[in-house]
Amino acid sequence: MKRRLSWIIGALIILIILSIIILLPLPILFFQDLPFLGLFRRAFFIILMSCLLCLYRIFRGPTAADRAVSIDILGILILGFCAILSIPTGRSWYIDIGIAWALQSFIATIALAKYLEGRNFDD
Amino acid sequence: MIDIIGIVFIAIGLFFDFFGCLGLIRLPDVYNRLQASTKCVTFGTCSIMFGTFLIQGLNATGVKSLLCIIFLILTAPVSAHALARGAHMAGIKLWKGSVCDKYEEDK
Repeated sequence: MKRRLSWIIGALIILIILSIIILLPLPILFFQDLPFLGLFRRAFFIILMSCLLCLYRIFRGPTAADRAVSIDILGILILGFCAILSIPTGRSWYIDIGIAWALQSFIATIALAKYLEGRNFDD
Repeated sequence: MIDIIGIVFIAIGLFFDFFGCLGLIRLPDVYNRLQASTKCVTFGTCSIMFGTFLIQGLNATGVKSLLCIIFLILTAPVSAHALARGAHMAGIKLWKGSVCDKYEEDK
């Protein structure tokens, strides 16, 4: 009974997220003419909802390792967001933000893994 | 034509990103979550970057996105492996339905 209830709650959450992605009004920051512009505009909402799911896991996660994994994936999602944002605006420095973010996220994840192992940083 | 191929790559990347984060919510264990969410990296964000490269061509944005793909493919498995090893050494239990534990056998 409890298992069926959790399935229903999960399906409701997925429906709410998909309706937010499909039904919200679109942001206006597009200057170029590209095919399938609607998908580009929906991409922002898809990545925003994925970030919300990651933030839920950071808030809820039972152990410290869950939070470390979520923070890693959050950085990766921001990187994809920067890549998509660089196409319609035509500015190349959004990818620079992505590269810097990836470097910082890699070093932070390695440091968190060392901390989880319980050893010093010098070993 | 090449714009449409790039947009198909970006759509595949968005699909993998969203369902990887859904797996981060749904799965029961740290190791299962890690296994689902590292699909976000290689198939999700690298696919988005490759679509950006195909749309933009060989200008500054495209070459920088290729550089970013190389960096991600080199570093993301390293960090995922370090996280799994750290979580196992911190003593986090596996899910009760797990089949085998090679780290425990090696000790």
